[in-house]
Amino acid sequence: MASARRIASDLRLFGRGYLRNVAGLFFGLIFPVILILIFGAIFSSGFSGTITLYYQNKDVLQNKDVGLYSASFLDALNRTNALSLVYVNESEDFSQYLSTHSASDGLVIPEGFSANYSSGNPVNVTVYGNPSQSSSSIVSGVVSGVINLFNLKYYGGPQVSPIVGVSQTTGNAQVTKYIDFLVPGLVGFSILVSPMFSLVSISSEYKRIKLFKQLSLTPLTKIEWLASKVLFYILLSAASFLLMVAVGIFVFNANIVLSLWLIPFLVLGPMFFASLGMLVGTISKSTETASVVGNIITFPMMFLSGTFFPITLMPMYLRYVAHVLPLFYIIDGLNGVMIYSNYAQAAIDLVVVAVITIVAFVAAARLFKWRED
Amino acid sequence: MIPVEISSVKKSYGDIKAVDGVSFSVNEGEVFALLGPNGAGKTTLIEIMEGLRKRDDGTVKVLGLDPWDSGYVLHRRIGVIPQDFTFFDKANPREAVKYYGDLFGVSVDADSILKEVVLDDSVGVLFENLSGGQKQKLGLALSLVNSAELLFLDEPTTGLDPNARRAIWDVIRALRSKGKTVILTTHYLDEAEQLSDKVAIMNHGRIVAMGTPEEIIETHGSGERLEIHGTEELAVYLRENTKLNVVYNGKGVIDIAIIQKRDALVALTAIEKSGLEWHDLHTRRDSLDDVFVKLVSGRIDEKGEIKVENARNDSHDKRRR
Repeated sequence: MASARRIASDLRLFGRGYLRNVAGLFFGLIFPVILILIFGAIFSSGFSGTITLYYQNKDVLQNKDVGLYSASFLDALNRTNALSLVYVNESEDFSQYLSTHSASDGLVIPEGFSANYSSGNPVNVTVYGNPSQSSSSIVSGVVSGVINLFNLKYYGGPQVSPIVGVSQTTGNAQVTKYIDFLVPGLVGFSILVSPMFSLVSISSEYKRIKLFKQLSLTPLTKIEWLASKVLFYILLSAASFLLMVAVGIFVFNANIVLSLWLIPFLVLGPMFFASLGMLVGTISKSTETASVVGNIITFPMMFLSGTFFPITLMPMYLRYVAHVLPLFYIIDGLNGVMIYSNYAQAAIDLVVVAVITIVAFVAAARLFKWRED
Repeated sequence: MIPVEISSVKKSYGDIKAVDGVSFSVNEGEVFALLGPNGAGKTTLIEIMEGLRKRDDGTVKVLGLDPWDSGYVLHRRIGVIPQDFTFFDKANPREAVKYYGDLFGVSVDADSILKEVVLDDSVGVLFENLSGGQKQKLGLALSLVNSAELLFLDEPTTGLDPNARRAIWDVIRALRSKGKTVILTTHYLDEAEQLSDKVAIMNHGRIVAMGTPEEIIETHGSGERLEIHGTEELAVYLRENTKLNVVYNGKGVIDIAIIQKRDALVALTAIEKSGLEWHDLHTRRDSLDDVFVKLVSGRIDEKGEIKVENARNDSHDKRRR
């Protein structure tokens, strides 16, 4: 019979050893927080914001003043808040300038723009863009909008206002920000990485140095040993979860829901990956093979399961790939709870996670051997 | 009850017969040494007795139990140091003893057990920072945690310096004086001679000699010999002019078997007659070393460790006998 006393004792010894190991502590607790700080900082400030548009204004008067209408055209572009305008001196070769700045979006206002506009002669502005980039279609859309406004005002006079307008709203009550995806994504990341890498390495290493054989000479059973590792990584994941949520909320003002629904994911997730890591370490003949197999399993999951960005940003075929990765269901479930409060979705994910966890744990416990024939 | 009784035990790995029909029994309170070169099958045999390996054939009773089938029950009643004992790097000896105490469900005074194995100076040092001798002492301490009446020590002093070896020997002697039964494997002759009541010499998976060191010498030794420093020419002269069994070792030592007392006289007379140079005459008996070398066709290096040159060359072995 499994003994709580032996599990507790093994947990204490293992946990103490873990805390004495600086590298383990760093990757288990500190590293996910650093990731949140880095990705949060990168994408919270600039990502949702503006596209850089380089421009040249050749509409210059005799006295070197900028033409009145070109100035108000640029002002109108600026007020859309969609673009951040960067001035390029007219003496520069514009195409050359764009390519040396690795930029594709540009605008050139031609000579005599103001004079032509006021006298009603047709005049074209030139938009530079790369059709394969989404930013280019945004630029041409914004510029067209401003041109339409100018055409409208030319025919209807300065006081005219549009008949059809737009009022903006979003489907959810809350606007979802990148950081809201990042917190559950990186919680999933830490649920994957620490138990998986650690169990792959210790299970193959303990086998190599015959530590398992030695433990088999004590009353500790292999199920108790495995249970103590699972418990440890559940505790570690919980600690790492709390840290990441705290950083997400207090540093980046993330809008995430904390609910009891999270608990089964935070328990089953580490249990699944600890068992999977144990399986890999057990069936591999050497520690080197184990670490290669472990990496092959871990790395695709690390990036394709919705850890660093929502999988809706990925092309369709990669989304299919995501659906065979166990971590996807954990992160999808966490997203369901923390972002959308969609418990029906979370329940389906939870069923998948529960089934694969039971299978992995039983397989690991079965295949893992204390002693050899 | 006889603590250990095994008979006709066999174990092969593919074509290699690691243990090839071994039988013996160990009495209560005895220190029993399995002595043999590397690869003789000692560790396989001791692991079969500990329940870590499954035998192919034969019967094994340890404390009345079959170790493979009843390993879990047996392990509570025996203490073991496996070969190359190791532990968790980030734990110290005090924690290790406490951990084993918890696993066995016994309350232990870690410090007093560590004092018993003379490791009380390093109770708080992490395992990764202990010396080889200290690690081995911790292994010994852990094998004592459950107060087992029977202990298996697989090469407890291999790779240790002479001081550390002696410290471990003292602990083993203390165990013996407490009436514990100890089975140890070693490839050091002096270790077997110093510690054990009974020695079994193992080679190629078989036991080639067994008994007290004296009994083994009696049975397998050559008896009294006369040793003379002299040239090969003298050895040839003696062989041609007497009926004595004369062996020249190639390095200036002539060895003459003394079967009857007058053989010594015959030898000395012949030497005198030869008119050849000689010096340093003395008599000697085979030591356990000599017997061992004969039995396993190896040699003993300067550390007292057995080296076998042709480990699997049986014909060579027979020719020498």
